[in-house]
Amino acid sequence: MKSFTYERPASPSAAAAAAAAPGARFIAGGTNLLDLMKLEIETPMHLIDVNGLALDSIETTADGGLRIGALVRNTALAADTRVRRDYGVLSRALLAGASGQLRNKATTAGNLLQRTRCPYFYDTNQPCNKRMPGSGCGALEGFSRQHAVIGASDACIATHPSDMAVAMRALDATVETVRPDGSTRRIPIAELHRLPGDTPHIEHALAPGELIAAVTLPRPIGGAQLYYKVRDRASYAFALVSVAAIVQADGSGRVAIGGVAHKPWRVEAAEAELPRGARAVSERLLADARPTHHNAFKLTLVQRTLGAVLAEARA
Amino acid sequence: MKFETAAGDNPIDRQQVVGKAVDRIDGPLKTTGTASYAYEWHDQVSNPAYGHVIGSAIAKGRIASIDLSHARRSPGVVTIVTAETAGALGKGKYNNAKLLGGPEIQHYHQAVALVVAESLEQARAAAQLVRIRYVREAGHFDLEAAKDRAAKPDTITGGPADTAVGDFATAFAAAPVQLDATYTTPDQSHAMMEPHASIAAWDGDRLTLWTSNQMIEWGKQDVAKTLNLPVDNVRLISPYIGGGFGGKLFVRADALLAALGARAAGRPVKVALSRPLMINNTTHRAATIQRIRIGANADGRIVAIGHENWSGDLNGEKAESGVRYTRPLYAGAHRMTATRLASLDLPEANAMRAPSDAPGSMVLEIAMDEMAEKLGLDPIEFRLINDTQVVPEQPERSFSQRRLKECLLQGAQHFGWNRRAAQPATRREGAWLIGMGVAGGFRDSPVTPSAARVRLDGRGIVTVESDMTDIGTGSYTIIAQTAAEMMGVPLEQVVVKLGDSSFPVSSGSGGQWGANSSTSGVYAACVKLRTSVAQKLGFDAEQALFEGGEIRQGDRRVSLRDAAADGNLVAEDAIEFGDLDERYKLSTFAAHFVEVAVHSATAEVRVRRMLAVCAAGRILNPKTARSQVIGAMTMGVGAALMEELAVDTRHGFFVNHDLAGYEVPVHADIPHQDVIFLDETDPLSSPMKAKGVGELGICGISAAVANAIYNATGVRVRSYPVTLDKMLEGLPQAV
Repeated sequence: MKSFTYERPASPSAAAAAAAAPGARFIAGGTNLLDLMKLEIETPMHLIDVNGLALDSIETTADGGLRIGALVRNTALAADTRVRRDYGVLSRALLAGASGQLRNKATTAGNLLQRTRCPYFYDTNQPCNKRMPGSGCGALEGFSRQHAVIGASDACIATHPSDMAVAMRALDATVETVRPDGSTRRIPIAELHRLPGDTPHIEHALAPGELIAAVTLPRPIGGAQLYYKVRDRASYAFALVSVAAIVQADGSGRVAIGGVAHKPWRVEAAEAELPRGARAVSERLLADARPTHHNAFKLTLVQRTLGAVLAEARA
Repeated sequence: MKFETAAGDNPIDRQQVVGKAVDRIDGPLKTTGTASYAYEWHDQVSNPAYGHVIGSAIAKGRIASIDLSHARRSPGVVTIVTAETAGALGKGKYNNAKLLGGPEIQHYHQAVALVVAESLEQARAAAQLVRIRYVREAGHFDLEAAKDRAAKPDTITGGPADTAVGDFATAFAAAPVQLDATYTTPDQSHAMMEPHASIAAWDGDRLTLWTSNQMIEWGKQDVAKTLNLPVDNVRLISPYIGGGFGGKLFVRADALLAALGARAAGRPVKVALSRPLMINNTTHRAATIQRIRIGANADGRIVAIGHENWSGDLNGEKAESGVRYTRPLYAGAHRMTATRLASLDLPEANAMRAPSDAPGSMVLEIAMDEMAEKLGLDPIEFRLINDTQVVPEQPERSFSQRRLKECLLQGAQHFGWNRRAAQPATRREGAWLIGMGVAGGFRDSPVTPSAARVRLDGRGIVTVESDMTDIGTGSYTIIAQTAAEMMGVPLEQVVVKLGDSSFPVSSGSGGQWGANSSTSGVYAACVKLRTSVAQKLGFDAEQALFEGGEIRQGDRRVSLRDAAADGNLVAEDAIEFGDLDERYKLSTFAAHFVEVAVHSATAEVRVRRMLAVCAAGRILNPKTARSQVIGAMTMGVGAALMEELAVDTRHGFFVNHDLAGYEVPVHADIPHQDVIFLDETDPLSSPMKAKGVGELGICGISAAVANAIYNATGVRVRSYPVTLDKMLEGLPQAV
């Protein structure tokens, strides 16, 4: 771990201003960043500890939605009675992620911005365009069972590891930020995470220093809200695939998929196929899929998992 | 004491303390964090420096140059050790690759440097500044590709590479019912909790190593050999070990580099391997390809059984061969086994819990299930038909005890085997397909010399000293129980000191030889101490009874304290074994039963119930023995469902080299576990009449899981681990 300087800013705008400097990074729960620093995958020169900012409350918004502070811990968010009642898919997704200890520490914004768990990203002896742009992708022709099947590029086939983000994508969440100049903006979650393209090291739409202050959820839309995460062991593992689904009584609904792409994967047009069943939806959702030999099973798995979820939603 | 003939009645048979399910005597130390593990000797070692190991970035080739200049200037750096600076080093008897590589690189993450600094963080930061230029060479990393040029090794552990009895080819070809199937098991990591860790301190040319090692004497010898030191100048101290599973049978880079770092730094140095280094720097269980052929008559009797095994290792050194499991287990007049070993440039392979028998059982016990189905027989019935009381390859040699049949029958009744549907994929609960599976289990119970020293003091305290190790198994407790039984004192009156090379040389822990051998050594020393006590107090050692802290004979009774009133009584002895284990086959047997649920859409597997019935001689402590067996069953579930070191066959390394990538079972994967020990003693095994059990529990369990999955789904997977991607296409069409 490289030595670094450290500060605790007094306000979100002060935090954003401080973070605009090269080599600065925010730290909140630290459940991902500290690991990466120990391995020198992340080598920040300056850490801005935002834990003291008062961004840890969950408030009802004027339009009946929910505003979740960036520092709300995953455990608290999953347990919030409004979330459990009105946004069941989010609570379920959160509880499917990580472990109890990690959820106690991990924050809402940190969860969104966590980095891939691709083993080639984690091994500094291996090429990785995300860690060292231009060095190549170790996974593309390597061990790629966990990797992306859609939206990837020849530069990177990593997945985004979050469960929470998949549910937020299905819920059409919006990310509120504070910029270094103190101004704020709202980013639809669909636009927060980027596909890798030729620049897989640029993972999100935030500008240097831009701080996530909150995530807002629109007014509850009801429906059966399910999150099904498929993995090799029963707990504490990243998704092979996951399905977040909100299914209304009339058969319409929304579907977002985790574990298949560099971001939560949702294709609104595919949702029109919901009345025709999981196969039709999956074919549309994954129409441009380009799996590797190791992870082609994910296409079948998405369809079968979605089928099980839809069956449960109707039950 | 030499053990050459069947044990008669002896004080252990009283079972006043031995055989009782007492709590671990070292438990409170561990639950309160006061047991010192290898990295934690803060009271003994003040002001240590911290070493960080740099592993090679390539799997095969050479170091062209190392530039240490930037690293040396990094804050807090004390010294840096490389092969260039370390001086001439030998190689341990039990090591394959060099523990410190360079300029030649033999495998990925082979240690190439140790950076020593004032803090761990400084050492790690400086390590990133070491600039190493490598020249990469092509290597062989793919077992499947290397299979055809694999060679016959001279021997495998416990026997020849190949065996043949009768005329297998003719008998197999003529058999009315045949199975010919090939199975694979992957490379696996021990994944114990405590990393390999050592603290080294020099006093002149005398070295003390606080380390984490299962075999103190092997380690002491190999440290001396590697550092070119007289053996007596090396002391190893390893009283508490946070898991080993065979991964700590040998001296590894942490110990050597701590010693070299401490010598260069002129002060103690501590080194722990990071988890990635544990996986690619140390040993692992090698992958296997195994072909099984079984021919049987329509009545279910096996007439021909063949087992071929391919595995690979660095320098073609050591085979992981499942054939060992097949040789003594099921009957059949015509038999063949063959082992072939490829030279691979992956990290070196070596023992992991039940080497050879774990992967052998993973495969043969599926084959038995497949064969039973072909024959239209219940898989238990098929195993009973082919049970034997003699070693099939050596019909003149009997098992000392073999109660496989009782294990299977008692287990079937206890588990409710009669509720298993003979037809696969016919039992369903909601979205879940339910199935049951069974497997036999077998593992030898080797015995090996083991010594101990016992001391009686004026307070009546009996102290046992031995270099035996407790790798989480319960050695402390069963040794205390043995001494308490022998000397007739309560357990609280016994103190056990282990894991120090200044104590008498024991069996150490491995190959499930530790419990029986080490307690027999304590038994031998206690027999001597009893004689001393009897002589001192005027009793006949043969006739006297040691009970209640006293020696008693007729109506005379004297406190043991009196024997040591004018000085401690000390006795030391070793157990040595004659040829009973050659005349008889000393083995342990089990039957494993598993019920699983498999999700009909996703093919996720959830184990619902597990039962192991074990026949393993006298169970010295049912509580610690049960812990061993349920731990082994858990490890076997991991092997069945998730554990696999993924090989990057381009670059020659295990890719998933941390515990996020190499998954082992978590609590949610492990349901209710049940263990039954058959009530038995084996007078041919030792004066303790006990056997090993720590590895028996993993032999067969994985196949029982795989067989249960087949019973649930009708999908037969012959390639471990049985992950959902291998089943999806075979499941019924989803909704």
